[in-house]
Amino acid sequence: MANDWETVIGLEIHAQLATRSKIFSGSATAYGAPPNAQASLVDLGYPGTLPVLNGEAVRMAVRFGLAIGAAVARRSVFARKNYFYPDLPKGYQISQYELPVVQRGEVEIVLEDGVRKAVGVTRAHLEEDAGKSLHEGLGRASGIDLNRAGTPLLEIVSEPDMRSAREAVAYMKKIHTLVRYLEICDGNMQEGSFRCDANVSVRRRGETAFGTRCEIKNLNSFRFVERAINHEVERQVELIEGGGKVVQETRLFDPDRNETRPMRSKEEANDYRYFPDPDLLPLVIDEAFVEEVRAGLPELPDAKAARFAREHGLSAYDAGVLTASREIAAYYEAVAAGAGEPKLAANWVMGEVSGFLNRDGLDIGDSPVTSAALAGMLKRIVDGTISGKLAKEVFEAMWNERRDADAIIEAKGLKQITDTGAIEKTIREVMSASPGQLADYRAGKEKLFGFFVGQVMKATAGKANPAQVNELLKKLLAGP
Amino acid sequence: MSLHAATAAEIGRGLASRQYSSVEVTRHFLERIERANPALNAFVTVTAERALEDAKRADLRLARGEGGPLTGVPLAHKDIFCTSGILTSCGSRMLANFVAPYDATVVERLDAAGMVLLGKTNMDEFAMGSSNETSFYGPVRNPWDTAKVPGGSSGGSAAAVAARIAPVATGTDTGGSIRQPGALTGLTGFKPTYGRVSRYGMIAFASSLDQAGVLAQSAEDAALVLGAMAGHDARDSTSVDAPVPDYASGLEKPVKGLKIGIIREFFGDGLEAGTGTAVRAAIEALRKEGATVEELSLPNLPLSVPTYYVVAPAECSSNLSRFDGVRFGYRCRDPKDLLDLYRRSRGEGFGAEVKRRIMTGTYVLSAGYYDAYYLKAQKVRSLINADFRRAFERVDVLMGPTTPTPAFGIGAKTDDPILMYLNDIYTIGANLAGLPAVSVPCGLVDGLPVGLQVIGPHFSEQRLLAVAHAWQRATDWHRRLPPGFA
Repeated sequence: MANDWETVIGLEIHAQLATRSKIFSGSATAYGAPPNAQASLVDLGYPGTLPVLNGEAVRMAVRFGLAIGAAVARRSVFARKNYFYPDLPKGYQISQYELPVVQRGEVEIVLEDGVRKAVGVTRAHLEEDAGKSLHEGLGRASGIDLNRAGTPLLEIVSEPDMRSAREAVAYMKKIHTLVRYLEICDGNMQEGSFRCDANVSVRRRGETAFGTRCEIKNLNSFRFVERAINHEVERQVELIEGGGKVVQETRLFDPDRNETRPMRSKEEANDYRYFPDPDLLPLVIDEAFVEEVRAGLPELPDAKAARFAREHGLSAYDAGVLTASREIAAYYEAVAAGAGEPKLAANWVMGEVSGFLNRDGLDIGDSPVTSAALAGMLKRIVDGTISGKLAKEVFEAMWNERRDADAIIEAKGLKQITDTGAIEKTIREVMSASPGQLADYRAGKEKLFGFFVGQVMKATAGKANPAQVNELLKKLLAGP
Repeated sequence: MSLHAATAAEIGRGLASRQYSSVEVTRHFLERIERANPALNAFVTVTAERALEDAKRADLRLARGEGGPLTGVPLAHKDIFCTSGILTSCGSRMLANFVAPYDATVVERLDAAGMVLLGKTNMDEFAMGSSNETSFYGPVRNPWDTAKVPGGSSGGSAAAVAARIAPVATGTDTGGSIRQPGALTGLTGFKPTYGRVSRYGMIAFASSLDQAGVLAQSAEDAALVLGAMAGHDARDSTSVDAPVPDYASGLEKPVKGLKIGIIREFFGDGLEAGTGTAVRAAIEALRKEGATVEELSLPNLPLSVPTYYVVAPAECSSNLSRFDGVRFGYRCRDPKDLLDLYRRSRGEGFGAEVKRRIMTGTYVLSAGYYDAYYLKAQKVRSLINADFRRAFERVDVLMGPTTPTPAFGIGAKTDDPILMYLNDIYTIGANLAGLPAVSVPCGLVDGLPVGLQVIGPHFSEQRLLAVAHAWQRATDWHRRLPPGFA
């Protein structure tokens, strides 16, 4: 029974830092350039070249460290991880090993049942990425593209604190949100800017010792993380229940076949022979730098959500949804401020706006209805120009035509009728057209009130202000 | 005095006073190279055309009165420095086809000073050797006795300057590779403080030890060339951002009152008698000039050689991983697959000594051995450092022999790497501690030069040069030419 088993997961997330140039050279880091167009002599590992640390990468690592409440190491060391591979030009990767720049920190995740859970971050360290080997379209040969070689990465290593694939995904999403808030990573998973390795083991419930773990490499979507972990857990449980043993190894997830399988052992039998890189001095960070970075931190998602809940009266759930990215939060905040009605703004952003964005596959930044335009429309609901029901029609037109609410309301003639004289005139017309119903109503059949409301609304194409209709109807139906 | 017997400084003065042009000087040295190099094998590449272009440019600059003390003076670069558009072989088959696409900082700076590039000098393969016998281009011969080695690894630079086929040359010193050949060929071999000269463009052997320097005829020449090549370089994170003093202007400081420490450990067994006598006599002469002398013990210094032969191979095993046959350098014929490409390119491209050190280095960094070797060596390294620090609390400079013996015969030590390694027993300490040190000629034993080594605290280049200069004002060992090259 799967219920007898507990899953233990730790993640190693690789976030590509959004620096303009590489971590140890001046080459550009932009994605999608022709192969090797962004590889300098340093990136190519030419004889005599030396690495020079990019200070911006350090600043970004420190931003992350402060955001998760971690200690920032005053002294950290770059080491060489030695192995041969064609896309690793120097024959070693420069990476922080024994002394990472970001030490123990913590983030909080919210589970589906609303329970909050802390996940420990063991460390985060700076390192350079490798290049790419290209095996397609080159006949028997392989190509090497070193554009990515030397791109700065922050490797964020969690404690084995997660107990399900869903927790792992929640944690990964949390880090994803955080690095984008901090503007240290674009979070683009398709381009590989944000990816992770998952360490997975299982143990019988109640046991305290960890089981033997397997590492699933290179997962580059939330969905894959969830599926890969679930399949790996299933595999391990079946293996043990069948009398077998889990072997510690590195595995790859094949999303097409929905399984994990071991990487060739040759690729992992390396003794990396780490040692401090003599070309780089220890990275020394002083208090003043840390404080400068701290002063420049943006409001972080947890703090922002708490503020939305407190000041705008939103539920914790809504506040969480509206702070999932800095862009959504900014959009929402602008709408709320413009319309003066936070709850109404929240409902519209989470409802129509996100529905339309999903439908059209757009990001909030690309929304055809700007925050100012939405705020303008909400004002028309508040001031009674349009009803909530008509507002949906207005919104759709705004989305399609990229015009503001007033222009649409005007053009479509959707403006609510609030002129008492006009409404009274319509009511009188309806009354004279339905003498039988009027007589019945006056004889005490009060249920017919709804009939009259319906007739008036029909006659005004839904534009009559319902409250005024009610009030006037009551008065006019009552007597001559 | 004939032109080639002049020091670089003297040539510079001759150029400035228009006694001769740089083109004339350059032609003179190119002719001498043509005559003498076949017997010495000091040059891997002679850049005659480039030299004459450099010389013409220098003459124009001098004519405009814009030259400095080195403008128009020819020099040779050790073939470990990348020179744009010119073969940069590092003495290896691995790079026998490598035309560097850029200039090393050292090359760039001496070029900017107006020096004329005669060519690139032979060296032990990847600077690994003490005799210049590990070069892919064959051994270099010592001008004082062509059956003897010139020392290494900067053996080509040393032989070239000793034979006066180049007025001055650059070298690099990882464990003595400037001072030891300097001593064995009668030159002033200067290794600056680690970080004083940029390593950018200097092909790495052991990054924490490598330092560029000069093989010169005199302390004055060393001061001029060092002054032109030293200084901070943003492209080398280990280069130190501190101003470079005007070394040449500080040369005249007398040794009176100088506190000299004699390193007791450098005068034990293994020191050849004649060498010991010459070095002691030199120190005695300095005492008579007004220096005080005391004997000091640096108890951990005898551990230098074993420490070095863990640290240097460890770093080299990693530094040389980039030579994989993929992007530059030697590639084996028709590789079957990736592994075959690696195995044969490296197997065929590297010589025996380089492979020995790569294997040693790989071993000492391996899981299970790292603590016992690499980590322990680093600890001993800091003990050696502390020994020096304590010594420099008492004295201004330390002195002793540069090498245990004068030049030995070609082939005499090639079968016994340990015996070869012991040749650097007195020089390695300064590398492990990152200290500046100089070897100056102080006598001849059986017609072969012997060197006095002077070691100073970090960034005491000016003091060392002044001491060397004072010694050279009082003696003429540095002005003696090898018979046959006069």
